[in-house]
Amino acid sequence: MLAPDCRLGIDVGGTNTDAVIMDTADRVIAKAKVPCTPDIIGGITVAIDTVLRSPGVEPQRISHVMLGTTHATNAVLEREKLRRVAVIRLGGPATHSIRPLFQWPPELADAVSVGATIVEGGIEFDGRDLSPLDTDAIARFLGRVGDGAQGVAITSVFAPVSPRHELLAAEIVKRELGEVHVTLSHEIGSIGLLERENAAILNGALAGVARDVADAMQGALAAHRLHPATFFAQNDGTLMGLDHALRYPVLTIGSGPANSVRGAAFLTETSDSLVVDVGGTSTDVGVLVNGFPRESSRGVEIGGVRTNFRMPDLVTIALGGGTEISRGPDGVRIGPRSVGYLIQKEALVFGGATPTLTDSAVAAGRVALGEPRRADPHRRLLAEALARADVMLAEAIDRMKTSKDDRALIAVGGGSILVPDQIPGISEVIRPEHFDAANAVGAAIASVSGQVDRIFHVGPGGRQAMLDEACDDARERAVAAGADPRTVQIVELEEIPLAYLTSPAIRVRAKAAGALGGLPEQHLQAHLARQARLARPTEPAAPS
Amino acid sequence: MARGCAVLGAGGGSDPHLGLLQALQATEDFGPVPLVDLDDLPDDALIMPCGGIGAPTVHIEKIENGDEGARLRQHLEYVTDRQVAALMAAEIGGSNGLQPISFAARMGLPVVDADGMGRAFPEVPQVTMHLAGISPSPAVMTDERGNLIVFRTISGHWMERLERAAAVEFGGVASSTEFSLTAAQAREATVRNSVSLAVQIGEAVAHARGSPVDALIAEVSAFRLVTGKVSDVERRTTSGFVRGSVVVEGLGEDAGRLVRLELQNENLVALERGRVLASVPDLISVLDSETADAIVTERIRYGQRVTVIAFGCAPVWRTEQGIALTGPRAFGYEFDYVPVEERAGARA
Repeated sequence: MLAPDCRLGIDVGGTNTDAVIMDTADRVIAKAKVPCTPDIIGGITVAIDTVLRSPGVEPQRISHVMLGTTHATNAVLEREKLRRVAVIRLGGPATHSIRPLFQWPPELADAVSVGATIVEGGIEFDGRDLSPLDTDAIARFLGRVGDGAQGVAITSVFAPVSPRHELLAAEIVKRELGEVHVTLSHEIGSIGLLERENAAILNGALAGVARDVADAMQGALAAHRLHPATFFAQNDGTLMGLDHALRYPVLTIGSGPANSVRGAAFLTETSDSLVVDVGGTSTDVGVLVNGFPRESSRGVEIGGVRTNFRMPDLVTIALGGGTEISRGPDGVRIGPRSVGYLIQKEALVFGGATPTLTDSAVAAGRVALGEPRRADPHRRLLAEALARADVMLAEAIDRMKTSKDDRALIAVGGGSILVPDQIPGISEVIRPEHFDAANAVGAAIASVSGQVDRIFHVGPGGRQAMLDEACDDARERAVAAGADPRTVQIVELEEIPLAYLTSPAIRVRAKAAGALGGLPEQHLQAHLARQARLARPTEPAAPS
Repeated sequence: MARGCAVLGAGGGSDPHLGLLQALQATEDFGPVPLVDLDDLPDDALIMPCGGIGAPTVHIEKIENGDEGARLRQHLEYVTDRQVAALMAAEIGGSNGLQPISFAARMGLPVVDADGMGRAFPEVPQVTMHLAGISPSPAVMTDERGNLIVFRTISGHWMERLERAAAVEFGGVASSTEFSLTAAQAREATVRNSVSLAVQIGEAVAHARGSPVDALIAEVSAFRLVTGKVSDVERRTTSGFVRGSVVVEGLGEDAGRLVRLELQNENLVALERGRVLASVPDLISVLDSETADAIVTERIRYGQRVTVIAFGCAPVWRTEQGIALTGPRAFGYEFDYVPVEERAGARA
């Protein structure tokens, strides 16, 4: 028997669950696509079973499993299986003018919170104490609500400048309540107290969900007598270990589109381009910058709550392979309904009775599928719909472009057969091999990242010294998260000066990423070779 | 109102979202705040202009306690030996436009339908009260802890200098009042109806039948300078202010055009091929092309889809003194102020 040397990547989408197996040379050796189930985990189990039974697969060779899942998002939206959290803010006497959970949807706040308090404490932007930490107040609060709390979310003013009060508060929680799930805001979000606090509270509420999905997946793998190292994909398309994912499940939100963009980059060996991911129900357009999804500059709302952790910048439209076409009073209507994973039964070319965009693509000769002549009676409707879909797609793509120059577009996802070869503003449409499993590939390529978002004071070393410090911290965090130090590179660096202050200070965001450590040496070599091929100046040209 | 304050911020001021949450919580806890017209107040009623001073990036972490307003009032009353009758926003633009509501709700005081700028400006003395010869002193500044300073300075310039230095020591943000005045003075020395204008802007956008941007442009009689995407952002900090520029590349009808905005916290000047399209003290706002939400200078990012608009400032800024205080030359430019409607007319 060979030593375990293969990775299993799984990605749960809106319509299907995909799974791929990749070897040390990063070749895809098997893939499977199965319909999602309402409980999600059923789809994951079937995807695992299917891909492990593919020809040429030796299940014992699986050493790692990487999962990108929508569990966390669904739990927040459906307010199900959420844990109850005690909310502690360290920032008094400041911040009382907006209390924790203010303006949350009431049902969500009720489902999640056992009580909230603001105690004296917190940090100033320059690192001083805002006030001394009131440890007694924390203990009193926990004495009041502790019995009902399944978790504690702790957020300090300016935790990104120094986490010391959050760490002290965590010790008090441990002393008072024992081993309860604790979320510290500095591990999750960036600057922006309320949004970071919201993300921390949601994280505490999701702790049970992460445990359930991890257990269920490991159970499905154990049935094949597999006990691989387990990783979760997070919202920048990189991985976190099981322990980290159990502590910070909120970071899995948004991992699906991030996986697709990362997978598209990997399959085409490009680091900067546009990516369109067409699924069964919807289409995401994202941008690949330096090998990673461009992140949204706007805060992201989850279930009606503003958060500030970084999510992929996407334009999403209701357009997919299963999108239904009908004729309405104002002409052809596209969606928003989709036959979803029933495409194999419902679409005209598969013998069904529902005209879909897949039928349009077949009728137009963009792809050969099923029995094309079954679509003939609807030829005009299908052609009109495809013309309209092409315009919608072109608009969505144009909105994500950053310059008027023509750019390459990578088309991935099962529904990307819809994407025409000619699109205004697009120099070429790249359709990589395994395009239909790019999301699962993205989960399986195994990179790990570390991020820093801090305010620095311009010291004697000047600006460069601060940037260096931020980059070093980001590298250290990537290594701490499991990256192989030999592969870690800075993939993003941004500085934002602070306005209206007399002393010079800047906010620096840095991100480092590298290959997952502990994989066979051949994998490391493959990673380094790919890095070398991609190494070239990627500075965008400044407009003249 | 929060939407309107963002637009009137002309790129400056803190994110009005915080001010909105503060106002909502305060009115929920303490009851609604009456908006009064200056004509409905007795001549000698004392008005306390107030707002936050400091860095927006600090403000999104270190939010007010809420009691700062009451402390400012108490000490202003103590040093002037007079009763405060109403609060007023020193600047309507950004979070500061909403700040007085949170304070006033706690004290049961009304807020007047006026402000000291009709927009946002970076410096303490860049207010209409200064033009009218009203003294910034006595000014009071406080933090969430209860520290408090009373300032008496020989000029607006000194007030700016000392207050900004103190704000840094307070932890990057503080609350303050300057230019306290009577209702009779305020009728001549403020930009009136600016709270109503902010509300009208918000309503126009919220109830827009077609494009929210078009509705907003119609509401404030603005000129559309360009619709496109942000193609370059450059920012640097010099002596406490973020300076820099933003290039917006035209899309659609504006394809091929490049409009450059120069900024110092607020958007100061819009240029196209070296020609000035609009400048301070007129308002230049960068809007999200889809939602018409105003984007503050700190949040402008490469690739955003934006519409840049410009509209006329309060008439008082167009006087000789107004232009001297807030016109292009006050910000170091070597050209004279021309109202945006004349510049737009010359272009058409």
